[in-house]
Amino acid sequence: MTTLQASPAGARPGEGTPVPLISLEDVRCHFRTPRGVVKAVDGVSFSAAPGEIVCLVGESGCGKTTAGKIAAGLLAPTGGRVLFEGHDIARLRGQDFNRFRRGVQLVHQDPYASINPLHTVGATLAAPLLRHRFASGNAGARRRAAELLDLVDLTPSADFLDKYPHQLSGGQRQRVAIARALTVEPRFIVADEPVSMVDVSIRISLLNTMLRLQRELGTGFLFITHDLALARYFAWGGRIGVMYVGRMVEIGLASDIIARPQHPYTRALLSAIPEADPEVTRNKARVELRSLEIPSLFRLPSGCTFHPRCPLFEEGTCEVATPTLARPAGSVEGSHEVACHLVTRSA
Amino acid sequence: MTGATTARPLPTDPGERGAFAPPTALRLPWSDAVDARVDVSQIADDVVLSVRDLTVEYRVRRGAVKAVRKVSFDLRRGETLALIGESGSGKTTVALALVRLLVRAARITDGTVIYRRGPRAVDVLRLGASRLRHYRWNECAMVFQSALNALNPVIRVRDQFLDVASAHGMTDKRAAEARAVELLRLVQLDADRVMGSYPHELSGGMRQRVLIAMGLLLDPQVIILDEPTTALDILTQRTVIDLLRRLKQERQFALVLVSHDLALAAELADHVATVYAGRIVECGPVADMFYAPHHPYTLGLLNAVPTLSGDFRALDSVRGQPPDLIDLPVGCAFRPRCTFATATCEASDPDLLRVDPERSPVPGAGGHVVACFHAEAASKTFDRHAGGTPGK
Amino acid sequence: MTAATMSLIQAIPGMGALRAIAVTIGALLRQPSGALGFLGVTFFLAMAFIGPAFFPIDIKPKLDKIYLLPSAEYPLGTDYQGRDVLSQIVHGGRDIIIVATTTALITTFVAVTLGALAGFLGGWFDSIVLGIADIILTIPQFPLLLVLASFVRLNNIVLLGVLLAALGWPALMRAIRSQVLSLRQRDYVEAARCLDLGTAHIVFQEILPSMSGYVAISFTLGMINAIFLQVGLIFLGLVPLTGNNWGVMLQLAWVRGAIFYKNALAYILAPVIAISLLQLSLILLARSLEEIFNPRLRKGN
Repeated sequence: MTTLQASPAGARPGEGTPVPLISLEDVRCHFRTPRGVVKAVDGVSFSAAPGEIVCLVGESGCGKTTAGKIAAGLLAPTGGRVLFEGHDIARLRGQDFNRFRRGVQLVHQDPYASINPLHTVGATLAAPLLRHRFASGNAGARRRAAELLDLVDLTPSADFLDKYPHQLSGGQRQRVAIARALTVEPRFIVADEPVSMVDVSIRISLLNTMLRLQRELGTGFLFITHDLALARYFAWGGRIGVMYVGRMVEIGLASDIIARPQHPYTRALLSAIPEADPEVTRNKARVELRSLEIPSLFRLPSGCTFHPRCPLFEEGTCEVATPTLARPAGSVEGSHEVACHLVTRSA
Repeated sequence: MTGATTARPLPTDPGERGAFAPPTALRLPWSDAVDARVDVSQIADDVVLSVRDLTVEYRVRRGAVKAVRKVSFDLRRGETLALIGESGSGKTTVALALVRLLVRAARITDGTVIYRRGPRAVDVLRLGASRLRHYRWNECAMVFQSALNALNPVIRVRDQFLDVASAHGMTDKRAAEARAVELLRLVQLDADRVMGSYPHELSGGMRQRVLIAMGLLLDPQVIILDEPTTALDILTQRTVIDLLRRLKQERQFALVLVSHDLALAAELADHVATVYAGRIVECGPVADMFYAPHHPYTLGLLNAVPTLSGDFRALDSVRGQPPDLIDLPVGCAFRPRCTFATATCEASDPDLLRVDPERSPVPGAGGHVVACFHAEAASKTFDRHAGGTPGK
Repeated sequence: MTAATMSLIQAIPGMGALRAIAVTIGALLRQPSGALGFLGVTFFLAMAFIGPAFFPIDIKPKLDKIYLLPSAEYPLGTDYQGRDVLSQIVHGGRDIIIVATTTALITTFVAVTLGALAGFLGGWFDSIVLGIADIILTIPQFPLLLVLASFVRLNNIVLLGVLLAALGWPALMRAIRSQVLSLRQRDYVEAARCLDLGTAHIVFQEILPSMSGYVAISFTLGMINAIFLQVGLIFLGLVPLTGNNWGVMLQLAWVRGAIFYKNALAYILAPVIAISLLQLSLILLARSLEEIFNPRLRKGN
């Protein structure tokens, strides 16, 4: 799998480097609220090559969902750019914009809210098919809808076409939501916690379906999750980015992030996650944090936002300057990048 | 199922409470619960909760939902039993039945829940209203899912503690408050700040810890935890897990842990019981369950859990849908989803039998039991090291 | 209640309007107030539109029969010219109902269209629509109608309906708009945006159908309001409507001093009670519709 630098700014076709399908460049999203400005996303950059899987991981409030909505073009960033095939999506017009609009789709977290309860599965799928001429006529739309249901393992598809959402389980609804995203033949799907609302016992099969789509259709995924074990499973061979209160603190190959985490926050997360293996989980080395308090988005700590909790905290450095993503000290190659003064400082 | 229940005590009738409330004391022996008293000699010394043939049905228009079918287990002092299974398996109903907090449509149609303290034992299912109230909180506390809903949003934490205390016989306000502060410190909270706060001023993890502290207020022997960490962030979840493990060691209470999260069971449980379609289909010591599971359903659950350590391997969920609890499959309820199923499985529902014949056939009593005709064959297909067990 | 709601959820989207109406009526008949309201409205519709065929209107003045008490021949007595009151009641509902329905239809159509578009599109369209609505809302309706009625010759009942609708849509428009504002935050609307399904599809296929219950209730309330306004206008004599109509009956009874005759009690009360009963039926109907539809709206969350 191709891996790319986190911010290939200004990459253009024909310059040697492959153009990422989608890339976020120093994207910011600040919301004005009565209580002050919330920096939901504060300078996040990453990109995904065609067919690549990228995972955004972080705890609630870290900005991963906002970043996903920006990548899907559903939320305009207040700073920075989103490039689709090298072009700023804010400047796309007409046919070019439509290509982007259909090229990047979103699968929501809650399949109970993301499907209109008043339409049958068939009607839900037929609307985009007919509008964008991926099928002609009602019979054609129905045929194509059935194919899509087969593709997302809702079989026999004929049984599902005339069902209403309330007749389906959470997992089945989420498959319908995926099939709906596939109607417009997207090249990239932003999946925002797609399995967190479905029963644990069927999460893996849903992920397996999505992985098969990635393999068979070459669809890239931005998979947003709070569960690092799921991220490891889904992004195996792809990349994981770890976010903490609006910033990307570490990004790299999934295997590297899990096996050799560099940022103290990532290490703390990995050491804290319980595992379904009594010996492993009870004998895990812990990374102790200095504080359990998650900072308020209204008053973020100065410098590195993790410094009040960080076990590596060094006075005079961490609370002064904001660290940027860079290779960890001692590594010469590879795409692993960390935003930490101490980890990236050469000895 | 859990929607109607909370961890708050039920509203108490003042007159009745006055008659019942013991003047002092946290550790009160059972008063004269003659009607529910049970011969203690039939229960092992260290067992605090002994459940036999517990059966619960929900009446709905379409018929009877067989939510719990003949569940039996023993819970020993200081031991943690985890009930695992997918949603709708009946694991939460079992927990609710242990404290009789079932919704009105539910009926316990069979079984006994024997609670023992010292030389006395009672059948919880036969306790009268006031003794049942004493049993909840004083003897058996429950901390349910969704910490926000379990706390009254318009009452300060201090007053909620005092309410629970006074409703359960702690008449000395100052003593109750001192104990609340002590417990909040024990769960690593800033006691002074938290006591004066309303629930919404606390984070999810803090609320969860407040509930755990409240559960400990009356020093119960048994604590029931329903999905205690589901809604929490990873780092907070870790705090709660470590806290529970430490408290368990210090206080020696027994825990019933209800969770769909196998990792949580791996962290905390001494025994694990797999619940499927209202039945315990396998139960054993935690190591046996995770490293040598015998029931195809337990195997399936374990094969669907992604891990962080060990080699990467393809996983898959248990195929098919959970059964209709009104119209259960003939024979073994898991048969339609089972890869090992044969004609035998249709003929009858397998009994829980010991895997290791030298041990007791009762779940939770130290042995490993499984209800499957093909347990031997199934267990052989499980790759113990696939999940990443470290070579010692 | 829940069973009715469930069958509604299943019936409305897929099986066409007729089926939905049938299911709604079924649900209405299952609750006492709904059944009463539905039967009441049906009764008045039948009386107003079918009744005249069986009860010819009595227009011949009979000087010897002025202000007769109710009897077998004249069940509701006679008026100041000795004419049958019952036949006037039977004939007098048609105009009232036509005006009310016209008003409610136009009000609902304008309010739903403008409200949905304003809520969904926002921006300048929203500002303009809201501005106009606020101007109309701030003017006291009844005095304005009084003034308008003295300029415009309102001898056409449909024209009266249009006039009432022109003043009636802003309140409902605002309510629809705020509902759309909350509905457009729904994930399924965002999904439709992501799929580029277009404004028309999103507004009319995704958002409005889940408000159908609310629209039905508003329609009924619109009728109630229109009846109230037109009877008031007619009674004050500002709408020179000719012909038979409960409002005209009331006005004539007033002008002719019927209130001074003890025997005229039935004559005065008949139109008042007819209006009240029609209103009551509509209110019961609206309340029951609300009970039927509201859980469904909540279900849509």
